[in-house]
Amino acid sequence: MRFRSGLLGKYDQETALKRRPKLIRPSEITSESNYINRRDFIRAGAIAGGSLIAPSALSAVVPDNRLATLPGVSKSSYSTAETPNSFEDISTYNNFYEFGLGKDDPVVEAENFKPRPWTIEVSGEAGKTGEFDFDDFMKPFDLEERIYRMRCVEAWSMVIPWVGISLADVVKHFQPTSKAQYVAFETLNDRSQMPGLRGRSLDWPYREGLTIAEATNPLPILAVGIYGKVIPNQNGAPIRLVVPWKYGFKGVKSIVKIHFSSTRPKTSWNMAAPNEYGFYANVNPDVNHPRWSQARERRIGGSLFASKQETLMFNGYGDEVAHLYKDLNLRRNF
Amino acid sequence: MNTLQKTRFIGKPIVFLACLIPALLLVGDILDLTGSLSANPVEDILDRFGNWALRFIMITLAVTPLRRLTGWNWLSRFRRMLGLFTFFYAAMHFLTWLVLDRELRLADISEDLIERPFITLGFTAVVWLTALALTSFTAVRRQMGRNWQTLHYSVYAIAVLGVWHYWWQVKKDVSEPIIYAAILTVLLGIRLLSYFRRS
Repeated sequence: MRFRSGLLGKYDQETALKRRPKLIRPSEITSESNYINRRDFIRAGAIAGGSLIAPSALSAVVPDNRLATLPGVSKSSYSTAETPNSFEDISTYNNFYEFGLGKDDPVVEAENFKPRPWTIEVSGEAGKTGEFDFDDFMKPFDLEERIYRMRCVEAWSMVIPWVGISLADVVKHFQPTSKAQYVAFETLNDRSQMPGLRGRSLDWPYREGLTIAEATNPLPILAVGIYGKVIPNQNGAPIRLVVPWKYGFKGVKSIVKIHFSSTRPKTSWNMAAPNEYGFYANVNPDVNHPRWSQARERRIGGSLFASKQETLMFNGYGDEVAHLYKDLNLRRNF
Repeated sequence: MNTLQKTRFIGKPIVFLACLIPALLLVGDILDLTGSLSANPVEDILDRFGNWALRFIMITLAVTPLRRLTGWNWLSRFRRMLGLFTFFYAAMHFLTWLVLDRELRLADISEDLIERPFITLGFTAVVWLTALALTSFTAVRRQMGRNWQTLHYSVYAIAVLGVWHYWWQVKKDVSEPIIYAAILTVLLGIRLLSYFRRS
């Protein structure tokens, strides 16, 4: 299932496609080098006159074919300047237990997953609730690119160029009441499409949650794309949470439920091992996992002998989020 | 060629090469020749060596029960080599952790050894295996007399430590550690049974 764009010649690409019609043609994916050039090009245009930047979309439109280019994506000042990981690394090294426990399982097992049609149920302490078709759900928002560091609780990290909508905008849109203290999310729980659900590795469905203050911070997004294209199934299609200052497991994938709640919601990894995974799960180099150190992390994509790097408090997003926890003992509330 | 010569010149080289296959395949995968590793190759290398160390200790411990069951006494001639391959894969697992994962940083290494029980277990098992490997030569064995057998009985304890180390390390899914634990229970159970039968 692994491919490297550019390695196959044209002839080989065509024969490979005849044999494996489901495979995504490498040319359908913008190669990382083209992608970066395009960014530079856009940046250069912005300096020259600003007219080359696509105007912010009035409504977020997500095409329903796989890896289609997302239209009307604007850039964000929250993006890091660090070099993103390759599309291959991002889309083949995944923790998505609904599709198996191995990192290489989701790319294979999510191949035939159907991210459309898709319904998202919004419920709880909010003015607007109900079931929304995915396209209608997306419409009121703008698509933005956010290039974020992603730090997994397993002490590895990536840089991922997400495309998504601001979670703060989403929360405000549904008009939470004063009782809404938390926002809870749930992943699809469909055994017919998700073979990993047969195993009892976690108490399904996968659940995650944020405080309302966290959810209305400008950083979190609901991501629908990577590298300017529709998000691959194995990364949580059609829509997933990204909270860059928290460990990756907070980023609940393939979301079907959003619930505004007055009480702290149960969250999957915390339920599975409360002494190992807390509700907050903020990236914190000073609070180790019981079985491994969180002080350093391996940036995926380096050579075999590449050195690990220091893990930063709040994954380097302290300026934006540290104030949320000023009265909280982060050692106890890990 | 007599049986002894057959073992030495045909049997042992074949078994030796067969035991090297996992290591050669790993090298092939690192070089993208026989396959490929994931985006986190250090973790893959660590897992592969560790898994093969466990497999080899199970294979080594299976020799005697299998010999008794089948009457193939020649099997015991391969026992030392299998034991040394257990040591080889465990040592490679340990060195991968030491060099590629801990990057030879003394503070990180000592923190792991002191604060993380599963690493303390694994480290103990490797040190112990090293003692068995160093005393595996025939000359040493003769010199040690009865003490040799006493020392080498501890291979059972090492196997328990190895499985325990693996069990404690996994994040959630203990299905593989359970398989190793089940195999080890059978291998040790057979020995207990025959011990009680004799006494």
